[in-house]
Amino acid sequence: MTSPSSPSSLAVRKAAPAAGTTPGTAQGPPPRRIAVLPTAVLVLGALYCLLPVLWVVIASTKSGRELFSTFTFWPGSGFADNLTDLSAYRDGIYWRWMGNSALYAGLGALLSTAVSAVSGYALAVYRFRGRETVFNILMAGVLMPPVILAVPQYLLLAKADLTDSYASVLLPLILSPYGVYLARVYASAAVPGDVVEAGRMDGASEWRIFTRIALPMMVPGLVTVFLFQFVAVWNNFLLPYIMLSDDEKFPITLGLFTLLEQGSNTPALYTLVITGALLAVVPLIALFLVIQRFWSLDLLSGAVKS
Amino acid sequence: MPFTKHRRFHATSLALALGAATLTACGSSDDESQAESGPAALTYWAWTPGMDKVVDLWNKGPGKKEQIKVTVKKQASGDTLVTKILTAHKAKKAPDLVQAEYQALPTLVSNDALADISGEVGKAESEFPAGVWQQTTLGSDAVYAVPQDSGPMMFYYRADLFEKYGLKAPATWDEFAKTARALKKKAPDKDLTTFSANDSGLFAGLAQQAGAKWWTTEGEKWKVGIDDAATRKVADFWGGLVEEGAIDNQPMYTPAWNKALNTGKQIAWVSAVWAPGTLTTAAPDTKGKWAMAPLPQWSKGENTTGSWGGSSTAVTTDSDHKGAAAKFAAWLNTDPKALGALAKEGGIYPAATAAQTSGAFAEPPAFFAGQKDFYPRAAEIAKTAAPGAWGPNVNVAYTSFKDAFGSAAKNKSDFGDALTTMQDATVADLKKQGFGVAP
Repeated sequence: MTSPSSPSSLAVRKAAPAAGTTPGTAQGPPPRRIAVLPTAVLVLGALYCLLPVLWVVIASTKSGRELFSTFTFWPGSGFADNLTDLSAYRDGIYWRWMGNSALYAGLGALLSTAVSAVSGYALAVYRFRGRETVFNILMAGVLMPPVILAVPQYLLLAKADLTDSYASVLLPLILSPYGVYLARVYASAAVPGDVVEAGRMDGASEWRIFTRIALPMMVPGLVTVFLFQFVAVWNNFLLPYIMLSDDEKFPITLGLFTLLEQGSNTPALYTLVITGALLAVVPLIALFLVIQRFWSLDLLSGAVKS
Repeated sequence: MPFTKHRRFHATSLALALGAATLTACGSSDDESQAESGPAALTYWAWTPGMDKVVDLWNKGPGKKEQIKVTVKKQASGDTLVTKILTAHKAKKAPDLVQAEYQALPTLVSNDALADISGEVGKAESEFPAGVWQQTTLGSDAVYAVPQDSGPMMFYYRADLFEKYGLKAPATWDEFAKTARALKKKAPDKDLTTFSANDSGLFAGLAQQAGAKWWTTEGEKWKVGIDDAATRKVADFWGGLVEEGAIDNQPMYTPAWNKALNTGKQIAWVSAVWAPGTLTTAAPDTKGKWAMAPLPQWSKGENTTGSWGGSSTAVTTDSDHKGAAAKFAAWLNTDPKALGALAKEGGIYPAATAAQTSGAFAEPPAFFAGQKDFYPRAAEIAKTAAPGAWGPNVNVAYTSFKDAFGSAAKNKSDFGDALTTMQDATVADLKKQGFGVAP
């Protein structure tokens, strides 16, 4: 938030006293100057992002009567009722959707992280014929928006008679080109060739080297992959929309959509959708808070000194 | 080389498609015999709330006897569902039964997704108003769906405020315009209503009332009449009112619109029979203050209305039990018990004439408690619904309406130009899709 050049300021600061180019500030860290324009831009950006969230939070406290008739940012009195209504709607199907979302996102992200870890590691550490080709194809996959693939994937799974099942949503998620790409980049940076070599010298099998030595080194990167995948699956709409027709298997995104689109003669259940949307964000926030600390381990936690 | 590859691909997919076709042919027996019996499990995509409860009645009653079990899979309504059905149909996996809005039927039929069920449900024709039934036949001898609910259009107004400003429910559109101007004079900050460029269905219904036929067939070709004289009359009428500022030009179904209705800034609404439900959530503070009247007419003595909304039950070509599915569709939409449950659980206004005056509609909607004859009058109005004429690219016409009329309403410019844009876009899209278009 201080200035655009702050990422590099650490290096500059370290070098500065020795070089003696800035004698005035050599005694300590330079005084922080708040750059007005960048700060203002960032504050605006933060407002832009947070205002809709605030709207959802406040709107979820309003009863159907208050929703459109009271001042937008004035809390209402219906939060408890909204929660009860939402839980009561069709015998609590909302919580089933929530569970489905957790299953798709949790299991899907876990599987896809596992696949990404193995393939990313293989692509980074082993040299084999066609390695670059495989990687380039994966790169092409990164550029391909998953939305485009939803319909072909549906037609493919329909041939295998797997549509409208939990597997139909989970299977296409397992291979994430972006995850593999991230894992490869991370593995090649975090797992030094020397360490792998040392493991081999000590007689460890390749699998053992991967699980016992490389995997722990890759954890921060894999956490990132997991989080990316989790959020992507949690927010995914089109793939489950095409694959699933049984609303007992719907994730929360689809469920809320059916609450909104009830046909022209039935008013949308706005209060339920808003409350449902608010609750749907809570697990994501919780996940971020929990997993955040894994990120503080960074590339420096490698095993060899350079 | 690319050619051969291409051809091989086509040959393979053709073989696959043929294989699938033979399989379906083996699985179904309704081609040979109408009296199909034996157990059948059907799936049904529908969005009507509470449909599962209505289907339970079938599964425990007539369905049990006939060994036809129906499972509802609740869907979101709208154009997205049409796309979903077509995608599933591509994989030959569409459900046995689907709920479809009337204007979506030609799209589904032109993709060969809907089965002709005239043999099974043809005799139900007399149960429905002609203008509604005609939409399920697309003007042919085939029948592609059974009407479920309909949305005959009406005029809703705040009875208390009309009295306060000395206004009367307009009988003709001419009076409607005069009413709008009179209100502006007495209360400049109020509007009679608004022209909403977001609601293509409303405009289509108004055009129907004026006698417009947007899509018709001429031999093997489609003829698009979006800019015909009737529609032009409607567009010019509303464009004129917007231009002179007699009515508002903001879209409907927005928080601002809800507020305008709730606070009495807008005191009337051209809508359909399902309006009470919408008003209940949009304008909760105005309960009991509204009244319903027939839609204003283009000339005195006429008695026609348009339709806004409504849907039908259709059987797909992918179904292995078309006969059984058609039997269920007919029961669902003509059986008094089923229709009663649909009205109670799903809040629909049935298309079947007899059901419109049944016990479920003895009492007026709670929001209109003061108007005792709400439903008897509604049933009278429903009989006068003009037929709808839909084509295979209603979605394109609707999108074009939103764009062209949206900017025309905002700028208070000529609605006639917007209509021309809409016509051209629709014709161009039909041609692009490979349909023959008659000039």
